[in-house]
Amino acid sequence: MMRTLALVLLAACLIAPAMGHAAAAPAADVERALADLAGADADRRDAAVAVLGGTGDPKWLSFLAALRDGHVYGRKAGGQLEIVVAGAKSTRADKDVVELTSAVDGTPRGAAPVADLVEIAADRRLRIAIKPFLEADETRGQLKSPDPGVRRGAAIKLANAPDPARIPVIEEALAAETDRWVRQALQEALALARLASTDADGRVAAARALGGLHSMSALPALARLAGDATAAPAARAAAHEAIKKIERWTILTTVVETLFQGASLASILLLMALGLAIVFGIMGVINMAHGELMALGAYATFVVQNVFRERWPQQLDAYFLVALPVSFLVAAAVGVVLERGVIRRLYGRPLETLLLTWGASLIIQQGLRLWFGAANVDVASPSWLSGGVPVMVGLTLPWNRVFIMALAAVSVAGMYALLFRTAAGLRIRAVTQNRAMSACLGVRAGRVDALTFALGAGLAGLAGCALTQIGNVGPSLGQNYIVDSFMVVVTGGVGKLAGTILAAGGIGGLNKSIEPALGAVFAKVAILIVVILFLQRRPAGLFAARGRNAEA
Amino acid sequence: LRHRFAARSEQERDLADATRRRPDGKHEGDVMAVYSRRDFLRGGLAAGAGLAALGGMPSIITAQGKEPIKIGVLHSLSGTMAISEVSLRDVVLMAVEEINAKGGVLGRKVQPVVVDPASNWDLFAEKAKQLLLQEKVATVFGCWTSVSRKSVLPVFENNNGLLFYPVQYEGEECSKNVFYTGATPNQQLIPAAEYMMSKEGGSYKKFYLLGTDYVFPRTANKILRAYLLAKGIPKDSIEEEYTPFNHQDYQTIVGKIKRFASGGSAAVLSTINGDSNVPFYKEFGNQGLRSENAPIMAFSVAEDELRGMDTGALVGHLAAWNYYQSVDAPQNKKFVTAFKEYAQKNNLPGGAKRVTDDPMEAAYFGVYVWKQAVEKAKSTEVDAVRKAVYGQEFLAPGGKIKMDEANHHTYKPVLIGEILKDGQFKVVSRSKGLVKAEPWSQYTSPDKGCDWVKEKGTYTKKA
Repeated sequence: MMRTLALVLLAACLIAPAMGHAAAAPAADVERALADLAGADADRRDAAVAVLGGTGDPKWLSFLAALRDGHVYGRKAGGQLEIVVAGAKSTRADKDVVELTSAVDGTPRGAAPVADLVEIAADRRLRIAIKPFLEADETRGQLKSPDPGVRRGAAIKLANAPDPARIPVIEEALAAETDRWVRQALQEALALARLASTDADGRVAAARALGGLHSMSALPALARLAGDATAAPAARAAAHEAIKKIERWTILTTVVETLFQGASLASILLLMALGLAIVFGIMGVINMAHGELMALGAYATFVVQNVFRERWPQQLDAYFLVALPVSFLVAAAVGVVLERGVIRRLYGRPLETLLLTWGASLIIQQGLRLWFGAANVDVASPSWLSGGVPVMVGLTLPWNRVFIMALAAVSVAGMYALLFRTAAGLRIRAVTQNRAMSACLGVRAGRVDALTFALGAGLAGLAGCALTQIGNVGPSLGQNYIVDSFMVVVTGGVGKLAGTILAAGGIGGLNKSIEPALGAVFAKVAILIVVILFLQRRPAGLFAARGRNAEA
Repeated sequence: LRHRFAARSEQERDLADATRRRPDGKHEGDVMAVYSRRDFLRGGLAAGAGLAALGGMPSIITAQGKEPIKIGVLHSLSGTMAISEVSLRDVVLMAVEEINAKGGVLGRKVQPVVVDPASNWDLFAEKAKQLLLQEKVATVFGCWTSVSRKSVLPVFENNNGLLFYPVQYEGEECSKNVFYTGATPNQQLIPAAEYMMSKEGGSYKKFYLLGTDYVFPRTANKILRAYLLAKGIPKDSIEEEYTPFNHQDYQTIVGKIKRFASGGSAAVLSTINGDSNVPFYKEFGNQGLRSENAPIMAFSVAEDELRGMDTGALVGHLAAWNYYQSVDAPQNKKFVTAFKEYAQKNNLPGGAKRVTDDPMEAAYFGVYVWKQAVEKAKSTEVDAVRKAVYGQEFLAPGGKIKMDEANHHTYKPVLIGEILKDGQFKVVSRSKGLVKAEPWSQYTSPDKGCDWVKEKGTYTKKA
């Protein structure tokens, strides 16, 4: 039956040369392997996988993949078992029906109910046997991927399982590679594969190369070589040398990394606290709704993203640039409503203001929950904020953090320019210092208040927009950040921008230098203790306050 | 019966009484409780009379002329846990709707009483008491976090209530009044670690145990550590680390993992709680790490959490559960479609984009297991139902499950899944048949067992 079929197909392939390869009659060993697969003998099934995988033929590799995923069935036809691969599944008359193609030549074999087929199950043992063939093939394919990330991933995989037999594959990929960081990974993989070989000279060269590459992932292999008494002394010395070099480099990257992490955390804290520093610091309003204003900014970003997804899916990456001003404006608008609506009636009554803004925060929070649902929403990072820039071997700086640092710097510069270089800033400072006097001199204090509050709220919205790139967006987003914001402003000294900046830097840096040693939970505790002790000694914070708040 | 209810509807004209009792026609049990008596009086005597009429005879007498069976639904609908628990309420109510559409249980309709414990552990106990003592529900479906379960445990035990708990948990519990339809450690943690160490999973030899700082990750990691040590992983190849709730800054930890994983063969076993996962995976990807450097095996990330995540950074990482929405079975297709339709029909947020996941499946089949047990016992009386649950089988969406004959837990399949771009999972490994639940892990408490038939709950095994 199978033979005649093959003959027919052979004839067909003469007519249609394009099908030539796929329809060739299977070699005898392949045919036997297929029969073994349907059998029950585990050893013969393993051997069958080796035969099929050993052909290196893409057709059989995809057959093995189908086998692993449970899509291969046997079908009784005329006393013989035909091996078929199942395709699309559908339900007809309450039965699951699958489209079948022949395993031998890939020709369609009609559809059949699953219940009528015998599944050729890939048990654990068989899947383990299949894995290396598929993986080797997958890695080859990935090394040719247009995406440098995928190529690098494949190179890492090769480096994780160094195998001298793969050297030609790596060399071939290396010759064609242009991306610096993929080259680095490939060179590592190549050196590691050579290190795993038995050739003494090759191992010396490989150890030297790994030292030169500052390859952190080579440390275990090098340590093994250095401790191996049977290895050539030259190779062991080279390994020692390389280990020292890599360790020195690791210390350097760790220091740079910690510095960057501290700066990054500081910039996030600063961005969160900046709006509060204006509202709380300058106006003296304890704004418990600050966190919810951030949440509004984050949700505004989400909405802008969805509009882009629907209207301009091609320009999706640009949504974030639009979201930045939108989130600022949305939060500022809500800020104006809050200030004009209620807060202005309560100036000089800090306790009532605190209660009021807390109430407002609950209303906004529950409003978001009702409108957008209790679950977090998904804000995708634009591609230009995903991933990172590798600055040195073993250190990649994430783009989103670099961006937030830049945004914080721009915001601070903008704040200073506004407060100290413009007429509006002058009026804000005047009202802050002496409201009655500035009112006498013709400054419309009420308008200035609204403007200042809007500015603070807008900055909170901007922070919320930036935070979508590193954290979650959900109704309780604000609560997660409010404590940190207040901590920074109070430590810095209420009423002083410079204090806020310094406090953010100090807390961020301290946190990141404690965390590696003590862990995240304790770092948080330690920071709070340090801040409390500090405020015991200097209740007014780093910089003593002036202005309306100090008079009260 | 009719008699008693006529009398009761008389009483219901008493406004003071009405403030205490929820009118029967309404499903949201909490509505009345939040009104103070004064508010209620101010709300209008006329409204009171209307409510009394609504809560009176007609709505509680079903077509069969029988009183409905009340069941409690105890899931947080507000606060931090609402993100996870709202879906469980939805799926329980859907199961009830399905059962009622097919004639109910023992010819009686099932009437859910939904309360909102608001992610507040003390409130959980209070609401449980309300369900058992005031509402006199036949059973309760509820809880997610272990701390909420521990909080209601004495209430259920002292009042001989019945709770179906649908979430995978850390084990070390064996209550007569709880049926655990989620996984125990040996149905999730151990098979996942075993898979990572196997040739098929990648023969990993170093493990970074990362979790949020509370009871489940702490206990889970204790068990995982004991297991890994027992399997010959040296002590210094296991790293353990915790972060606070809502932790957002994973820079330092990812840096540590990078150094830990250099040289390959290292994997991360993550019990990070839902919310902190986004910043963690994002940071992991952004610092240039890939699943090839160190795969992350997660125990708390399911389809429902992935809904709120940008999944780009998670692709290729792994998770261990007993059910995925992608399980290829006809009854699962029906379940998924039914749930999407249910969400759309009832205007739930997300609508047809809603997904199903492991705890939802466990909550869903829990309702059916209870139904079958009631039908077998021909009664809703707790002790009879409990005995009838033992050995109960059900064709759940993810495949056939079986309630244990003695230990109140569930025989389940174990599936290891790989995260795909669309927030779904591809099953890469599947246990052979069903795995029996071990409430007490053999790696941390080898001498303890749980049995409510031959023993009285937790017992000490004889050597």
